[in-house]
Amino acid sequence: MSGSAISDLLLSVDGVTIDYSGFKALDNFSMTLNRGETRVVIGPNGAGKSTLCDTIIGRVRPSQGRVLFKGEEIQRLPEQQIVARGICRKFQAPGVLPTLSVRDNLALAARKDRRWWKSFGIGIPADEKLAVEEALESVGLTHRAEVEAGTLAHGEKQWLEIAMVMATGAELLLLDEPTAGMGPAETSRTAQLILGLGDSRTVLVIDHDMSFVEQLAAPVTVMHQGKFLKQGSIAEVRADAEVAAVYLGHTA
Amino acid sequence: MPDLSRLDPLKPVLPWLLLALGLVAPFALSAYDLNLLARFMAMGILALGLVVIWGHGGILSLGQGVFFGLGGYAIALHMKLADLPSGEIPDFMVWSGRDSLPFWWTPFSSPAFTIAAILIVPTLVGALFSWAVFHRRVGGTYFALITQALALAFSTLIISRQDVTGGFNGLTDFYSVFGFGLASPGTGSGLYWVTLVVLCVAFVALRWLLASRFGILLRAARDGENRVRFLGYSPTPFKVVAFAIAAMLAGIGGALFTLHAGVVSPALIGVVPSIEMVVWVAIGGRYSLAGAIVGALLVNLARDAVSSAFPELWLYLMGALFIFVVTLLPRGLAGLVKGRAT
Repeated sequence: MSGSAISDLLLSVDGVTIDYSGFKALDNFSMTLNRGETRVVIGPNGAGKSTLCDTIIGRVRPSQGRVLFKGEEIQRLPEQQIVARGICRKFQAPGVLPTLSVRDNLALAARKDRRWWKSFGIGIPADEKLAVEEALESVGLTHRAEVEAGTLAHGEKQWLEIAMVMATGAELLLLDEPTAGMGPAETSRTAQLILGLGDSRTVLVIDHDMSFVEQLAAPVTVMHQGKFLKQGSIAEVRADAEVAAVYLGHTA
Repeated sequence: MPDLSRLDPLKPVLPWLLLALGLVAPFALSAYDLNLLARFMAMGILALGLVVIWGHGGILSLGQGVFFGLGGYAIALHMKLADLPSGEIPDFMVWSGRDSLPFWWTPFSSPAFTIAAILIVPTLVGALFSWAVFHRRVGGTYFALITQALALAFSTLIISRQDVTGGFNGLTDFYSVFGFGLASPGTGSGLYWVTLVVLCVAFVALRWLLASRFGILLRAARDGENRVRFLGYSPTPFKVVAFAIAAMLAGIGGALFTLHAGVVSPALIGVVPSIEMVVWVAIGGRYSLAGAIVGALLVNLARDAVSSAFPELWLYLMGALFIFVVTLLPRGLAGLVKGRAT
């Protein structure tokens, strides 16, 4: 491996097994992500896609294997330390904070000093205010900034959560089904949003919607029964007989 | 500045109205009624703490009586010692066959120690207890049940150690506090003013706290603990601090109540009184600081009126009120006022 390849490496999931008392949601699974890359993970229900996100952010702990972020092991760190190192996740069901205003949701996400004893104040630093305004603009929620997040439409909640994840400034964004429940126009807009992140962020997207995956034009990793199955462009994956077989319900 | 009016629908009229009533009361009420009002206001201080943990933190505590009792017993120990001729021990200890003070009674002869204990002991117990539970990620109904067990254990402990706690009868027959005779009308109205000031200070401080980033994070952790955690915050300290603040207010309320009522006993701090405290706040409105004060005042006024005439009826009435409010008025009386305004 050349020197530049090592420095480009951001995340490495290395032989991870997640064992739910006998059922292996991830089974010796490995993958890597380079800085600035966008990667789509697909697979049938129960393939272990969400468990992969859970493992990276520390919601579940592997019984075997390692997760390396910027070359350091993170699979035993407390959740908030994993976030502090630069990983943030959007959940499958929108995880906005319903009784807070849209702006307060984003302000919590954009806050850099998250220690509790620094929370006894009202003012927001100028750079965080700016980050909140930019996030509002990027998802078109500026005119909705003061409403309670719980009253937003479903698609708006999805965008708000994506904006929250972006506003944390995390280098690695995990987007678990960002277009769930969206119509075609909203889906396109979400794709534009992710493409607009450019090379500054590394993005791992889980989605079922093939038109969305095509719009992202990113490399695709296929999972099946907790294992790595295939990797390639969307066209390659589509043409693959093994992939077609698992989606039709046969084990290859 | 975050807008709290959404969360506190009675803002801004009701707090000023309550303050005006509080200022006029000493000139309008008899000494007996003023004493009664002062007791209810002391309970209102405890109710403010429940708004923080239950309303904004989503943490139901069925054990606030414990902290109320810690504050109440602290001041009671001091008054018991202050009234004693030197070298003697309280009469109930003599009857139980003791011949000396337990070591932990002794420092309460100091007024400074007593005040510090009222402020610190409930806060510290609340912080340690809630940390032990929350850091293991136990919450919700389980937490409520653990607090109820705590209330049961605490009142049982006090009853069982009659020789050093006064047992079921509690501690009573106080004559003076910090050199002021409790029988004099001046002391009564002085204690009323102290209670009013403490209530106002607690109200203003909590209003600020709930509007601050701390309050936002507390509500955030209530509505989406995982989302908060995976935004990089540890939710535990926010819940622990909120619980400690509520415990502190309960302790201060308990000490003031004991001064006004002239008695502290297990019957005031056990499982049933702890549930009653939650009922005051449910009725007043658990998201509203002013609503909780109104709830504490109204329910206790009603209790006083009903239970002197029909003592056995009160518990049924309170139970019915609680069910009515929880099913039809989840925001309590405060929500009713909001409903009319909008």
